Amino acid sequence: MHLKGENVSFGYKRNNLILKDVNISLGSGEVLGLIGDSGSGKSTLCKILAGYENKYQGKVTLDEKEIPPKGYNPVQLVFQHPEKAVNPKWRMNDILNEGHFVSQDILEAFGIKNNWLNRWPNELSGGELQRFALARALSPKTRFLIADEITTMVDSITQAQIWNIVLDIVEELNIGVLVVSHDRNLINRLCNDTVYLKDINNT
Amino acid sequence: MSTAVVTVNRGLFRGLNLRQKTLLIIGSTSLLLLGIVVSSVFLGGEPLQTNFGSKNLAPSLEHPFGTDWMGRDMFVRTLEGLGLSILVGGLASTISTVLTVILGLLSSAGKTADSFVSWLVDLFLSIPHLLLIILISIGLGGGATGVIIAVALTHWPSLTRVVRAEIKQLKTQEYIHISRNLGKSKWWIASKHILPHLVPQILLGTILMFPHAILHEASVTFLGFGLSPHEPAIGIILSESMRYLSAGYWWLAFFPGLSLLIVVLAFDMIGENLGKLMNPKNAHE
Ligand SMILES: Nc1ncnc2c1ncn2[C@@H]1O[C@H](COP(=O)(O)OP(=O)(O)O)[C@@H](O)[C@H]1O
Ligand SMILES: [Mg+2]
Repeated sequence: MHLKGENVSFGYKRNNLILKDVNISLGSGEVLGLIGDSGSGKSTLCKILAGYENKYQGKVTLDEKEIPPKGYNPVQLVFQHPEKAVNPKWRMNDILNEGHFVSQDILEAFGIKNNWLNRWPNELSGGELQRFALARALSPKTRFLIADEITTMVDSITQAQIWNIVLDIVEELNIGVLVVSHDRNLINRLCNDTVYLKDINNT
Repeated sequence: MSTAVVTVNRGLFRGLNLRQKTLLIIGSTSLLLLGIVVSSVFLGGEPLQTNFGSKNLAPSLEHPFGTDWMGRDMFVRTLEGLGLSILVGGLASTISTVLTVILGLLSSAGKTADSFVSWLVDLFLSIPHLLLIILISIGLGGGATGVIIAVALTHWPSLTRVVRAEIKQLKTQEYIHISRNLGKSKWWIASKHILPHLVPQILLGTILMFPHAILHEASVTFLGFGLSPHEPAIGIILSESMRYLSAGYWWLAFFPGLSLLIVVLAFDMIGENLGKLMNPKNAHE
């Protein structure tokens, strides 16, 4: 299976493009790195690939077909700030199982403790919340994971732990991953291949 | 945190924490208002006796608020008037809240609908409120129905504006996008993600609408465009009393006016304290 972005151009304002003719292709089971300076449009590209932003030019396809706007999206996006990715009025248990019923195996793999499930989001740390966000996104129906700076806000030990778990799970489920970061070392450690996003407004 | 607790415990309610104190205030004020409504309903059953033998009496133990020019007990009249005011206020707030919810949902449905709602809000807010109530009331033929509908139809715009802005802000949240990506429908997201955030705001808005509605009804009635002179309304009592002020019968206006003020402040107090309880900082404590 292939997720492709072809000739993607986008600007938040008219006459001010952030992305210009960007091409990117990601295969099942592949772990691809995306590097770029801050403000170069990495997050913007992620949103386009995952269908959050749809006023772009160009094509985003899954096996040459457009991704339907309704129903479960096989392309799941996880963000840098997990506290924004959870409804503060929901308990963790409901947050976790919003998309699919997360198996006990996955919970154990992520080190999610059962007594965390009854808590509110503001009673967990960023690293703990990020584990929930990832477990929620990694359903059996997910084919691609877009990981936009998902470990930028946590310490290096937690970072290593989280990536070990994610890589295990995506390998087992044959999910393709786009690892977005400004940290070259991290990308070199995790990815088979890397693409560089040039900042078209700053060169 | 500890300093806050200390200052509270030095105050009136020794030994209670902030939350308990807030609940106590809400509870006792609500009880007072409920008491007024219930007693006014019971008093409303029997006609108020006119007793020309005891007219224009100053406040005493027997008649705490004095009596009027027909010998009617002003305490009973005030109580009935307040009860009516609270009922009118309650009806108006309820209708306004329903309108707010409908318009809020409408504005979240699409761009055109949203511009329409926003235009309607601006239109209503651009006309002086009291004038609008009087115009609608007259347009509906005046009387009790006229003023109740007019008060009900004019208190939704500010709450609608708040709710609309809140919905707009919520829709940009990442967890809403995520929910959509997890395959959830528009209505599922509206009811499970958005509504829980709006309920406290709407509840609070409804309670804070009460005093507005009550005062507006009273002023329109006072000006002679509202409830008919046969109704035991506070506005009627006050406007009648004005004629007797120069005769030195100060209690005719003073006690009803003061009571109205207390009722209005009581609602404000409930709203303010509920707001404190719902503050996101201590929402889950
Ligand atoms: N919602 C938005 N509205 C307007 N401009 C935005 C918005 N989000 C990002 N931008 C701008 O787009 C550019 C790219 O942002 P982003 O994609 O977040 O970059 P990166 O993730 O590579 O740091 C930045 O200049 C940023 O200021
Ligand atoms: Mg970014």
